[in-house]
Amino acid sequence: MKFVYLIWSNLMRKKLRTALTLLSVIVAFLLFGFLAAIRQALVGGVEVAGADRLVVRDKVSIINLLPYTYKERMLRIPGVELVAHQTWFGGIYQDPKNFFMQNPVEPEDFMKMHPELKLPAEEMKAWLDTRTGAIVGRKTAERFHWKIGDKIPINTPIWRKPDGSQTWTFDIVGIYDASDKRTDTTPLFFRYDYFDETRPARSKGQVGWYSIRVKDPARAVEVAKAVDAEFENSPNETKTEPEGAFVQGFASALGNITLIVRSILGAVFFTLLLVTGNAMAQAVRERTGELGVLKAIGFTNGQILGMTLAESCLLTMLGGAVGLGLSWMIISQGDPTGGLLPLFVFPVPDLAVGGVIAVALGVVTGIVPAWQAMRLRVADALRRM
Amino acid sequence: MTGVVNWLAQVISITKFGLLSIPQRRGAVAATILGIAGVVAVLVGVLSIATGFRRAMQVSGAPDAAVVLRSGADSEMVSGLSREETRVIADAPGIAHGAEGPLSSAELWVIINLPKRSTGTDVNVPLRGVEANAMKVRDGMKIVQGRMFDLGKNEVIVGTGAAGEFKGLEVGQTLKVGKNEWLVTGMFSADGGVAESEIWTDAHVLQELYRRGDSFQSVYTRLNSPADFQKFKDALTSNPQLSVKVERQSEFYLEQSEAMTKLITTLGVAIAALMALGAVFGCLNTMYSAVAARTREMATLRALGFGRGAILMSLLLESLMLAVAGGALGAAAAYFGFNGLQTSTMNFQTFSQVTFAFRVTIGLLAQGILWAALIGLCGGIFPAVRACRLQIAPALREL
Amino acid sequence: MSQNDVLVRVQGVDKVFRRGSEDISVLRDLTLEVPSGQFLALMGPSGSGKSTLLNLIGGLDQPTHGTVTIAGENIASKSSQQLAAWRARHVGFVFQLYNLLPTLTAERNVELPLLLTSLSRAERQKHVEAALGVVGLKHRTRHYTRQLSGGEQQRVGIARAIVTDPTILLCDEPTGDLDRKAGDEILTLLRALNSQGKTIIMVTHDPHASHAAGRTIYLNKGQISDTMPE
Repeated sequence: MKFVYLIWSNLMRKKLRTALTLLSVIVAFLLFGFLAAIRQALVGGVEVAGADRLVVRDKVSIINLLPYTYKERMLRIPGVELVAHQTWFGGIYQDPKNFFMQNPVEPEDFMKMHPELKLPAEEMKAWLDTRTGAIVGRKTAERFHWKIGDKIPINTPIWRKPDGSQTWTFDIVGIYDASDKRTDTTPLFFRYDYFDETRPARSKGQVGWYSIRVKDPARAVEVAKAVDAEFENSPNETKTEPEGAFVQGFASALGNITLIVRSILGAVFFTLLLVTGNAMAQAVRERTGELGVLKAIGFTNGQILGMTLAESCLLTMLGGAVGLGLSWMIISQGDPTGGLLPLFVFPVPDLAVGGVIAVALGVVTGIVPAWQAMRLRVADALRRM
Repeated sequence: MTGVVNWLAQVISITKFGLLSIPQRRGAVAATILGIAGVVAVLVGVLSIATGFRRAMQVSGAPDAAVVLRSGADSEMVSGLSREETRVIADAPGIAHGAEGPLSSAELWVIINLPKRSTGTDVNVPLRGVEANAMKVRDGMKIVQGRMFDLGKNEVIVGTGAAGEFKGLEVGQTLKVGKNEWLVTGMFSADGGVAESEIWTDAHVLQELYRRGDSFQSVYTRLNSPADFQKFKDALTSNPQLSVKVERQSEFYLEQSEAMTKLITTLGVAIAALMALGAVFGCLNTMYSAVAARTREMATLRALGFGRGAILMSLLLESLMLAVAGGALGAAAAYFGFNGLQTSTMNFQTFSQVTFAFRVTIGLLAQGILWAALIGLCGGIFPAVRACRLQIAPALREL
Repeated sequence: MSQNDVLVRVQGVDKVFRRGSEDISVLRDLTLEVPSGQFLALMGPSGSGKSTLLNLIGGLDQPTHGTVTIAGENIASKSSQQLAAWRARHVGFVFQLYNLLPTLTAERNVELPLLLTSLSRAERQKHVEAALGVVGLKHRTRHYTRQLSGGEQQRVGIARAIVTDPTILLCDEPTGDLDRKAGDEILTLLRALNSQGKTIIMVTHDPHASHAAGRTIYLNKGQISDTMPE
């Protein structure tokens, strides 16, 4: 600890150079945090997917509907604990840009299936008592400043009401939160019975997709196969897969996001390595004479090596901390694209990764100059003071 | 006049000295050039995704062609038109006529699942049902392998993009979708446009197999001339029997790609901007240390009579040259690495895959070099100012 | 150890340097004894090997052959790790160009050798103040080297060299960069330290400086003699 002063004074030797190098490190880690959040937003759904949940959809096309009668049949399959469903409503609130999901569901089954959504008991009761009632996620409620009791008109081009209009009105009876920050709280959910009664006759009795909770997550794949077997050769064959795989499918549809993000970060940190490494090499070169003096006084080779490494690590760790901290603050402000990335948070595991990278960067940029400093012959060094 | 020439001569000779000293500080110089190259490569690379995507969406849109959807629908998926309505639309004024009647194609499409070649996972691919005139109401369409499908049969033709990105779409193969089997009779190209991501078949066959009754989602028409669009549109929107939305094809495709393009462009620019900031710091570092190393040399030049302005200019020039060299390197890397790279992604708005190629345009390359020059300027100005403010006498003594 | 016991014994020392493909013999079969408490001046033309000899005595370099015994320990056989520890305890260096760290204040410079001990901050502080008091710079402790004159900087250098109370003080041209007045002050200081019992070996090319010492020897072509060579 008593050497910290010495290390710090070395960094302060050329304040401008240290400041510029520090700024470069900060920018690199700012980017790191930012890209981590983007990657999480685009492909992170996999991590919060329920390990004990399966998604059942029409085998041919996700836009095909499945019969409501499948629910009973699925409940009878061994290993199935609970069945819930959702349907794509496709509504627009005022402007297509204000996109968020609105799905009709059966309230009790649905909330049991998704324990990660938290709704106060009295709001749940209100939902069960109100036919046209809907619950909405905290994010969307805050975005449009909705309160419980508001009547929300939603326009859907897909489902026409008996009176010919396409505007459905829902009563907000509850606002739900999620226990995990990475869970989406933008969708609105309303009652399936109201939905089924009101939609045109030829589309009644059909739902978009089912979720199944299995009794034993270890047997999820088995149960999935059993479900598909049940509906083989029927007019609507199914494709059942674990929720994680389903979300992963969407993520890979976007393209290899993880690869792109990692490549960009690779390029960034490579150049940072060059910049910082160069600054360190210069700094040590300038100090040859002083290092000789320290050795003459009695500092050991190990101590010289350690101090030089500590210097580069101090620089990168300080820059890393500030960069990650700044990116955390900016990311907490929310989605910068206005709706396209509903899940915009700083993924905490990446924070740890960032810390490790900062230390590694310090070691890699410092090791060669440190080694050279250590190997200096005292007499030669003193001559170059 | 001789004053200016003299001044320029000074600038050139000082700059030459500067460049000659590069081998001595090659570490710092390499760091700066590579740093800037990195920024430009990332900028151009990411933006070329947006450009390529945009082009795929736009190239299909002929100016003398229109698309009609149900009013209020922002995509074909949520639009619905009855056969009667499509007939009324086909009879509207302004439509070009071919040998067999008006050049219009009533269409609908569904999403089917096919495995992506690169990941093996299933993705959403458009299966579009069209009428006989489908190829004539779009620009740049032609069959490149095999033949067009026969009407009334379970036959399909596939776009070159789709054939490249998804498994199971070779000419002569049978595509199994659910209970239905489709024979792939041919492959078509659309000049890189979005249609190349699709699989086409007879609209009537599709309607039957997917139980769509006699309803369509859209009507694509070819007009007599681009100027006829307004006439066409007015006739349809004022018709009490119809409730439709009429757009030029080019506008329609632009709309469909807006969200995606905006996302990629915003992200690309944001990332590159941050990287550029980092590059400015790196450049500043390099130039400051260059100035510091050559203090005595520059003081000597001043003592000999070289002007302050000339020194400032030459340092700026040096910084710019390094930066542009880095920019050119990055631009070249982006061009050779990315241009023409085939890929596909999911368009949020239509929920299905669009195949396209990365596209590095001259515009993007120019943009990249411009950014590099700006970085060089920002990174060089402060050190240059410091250099020309030196007091000569103390600087001459500096070891 | 009593006053006149031999503190430094250099026996049969050769030092050969390799320059490119040539071997250059700087010291040849050199033998020297320095009793404890002596102030010895080492003189000779440039290239005679006096700095080399000083480096060997100070444990900064190892002889090619022979032994160097300080206070009974043969340092020629120590590893570089052991030598570092030995130097920290036993040697104080004073350099021609002072060799202070420009990023540290005077007192921090003086404190440097103490960082290698296990003394607490408060104890270190006490020793630093004492050393700076001895060289007469109590009022300039917080100054940086660029704020000190040449003579003051050398005094800080001496303070640093004595702060751990080393067995021996080695000075390489301590007045070489100073004017006559400042140089004399330094020599007076060294004499004062010597009168308190410090053993000092000083390399110099200035005959005036050598008069401050108790004994002068001459080095020429790697050999020692007691008289000035022609």
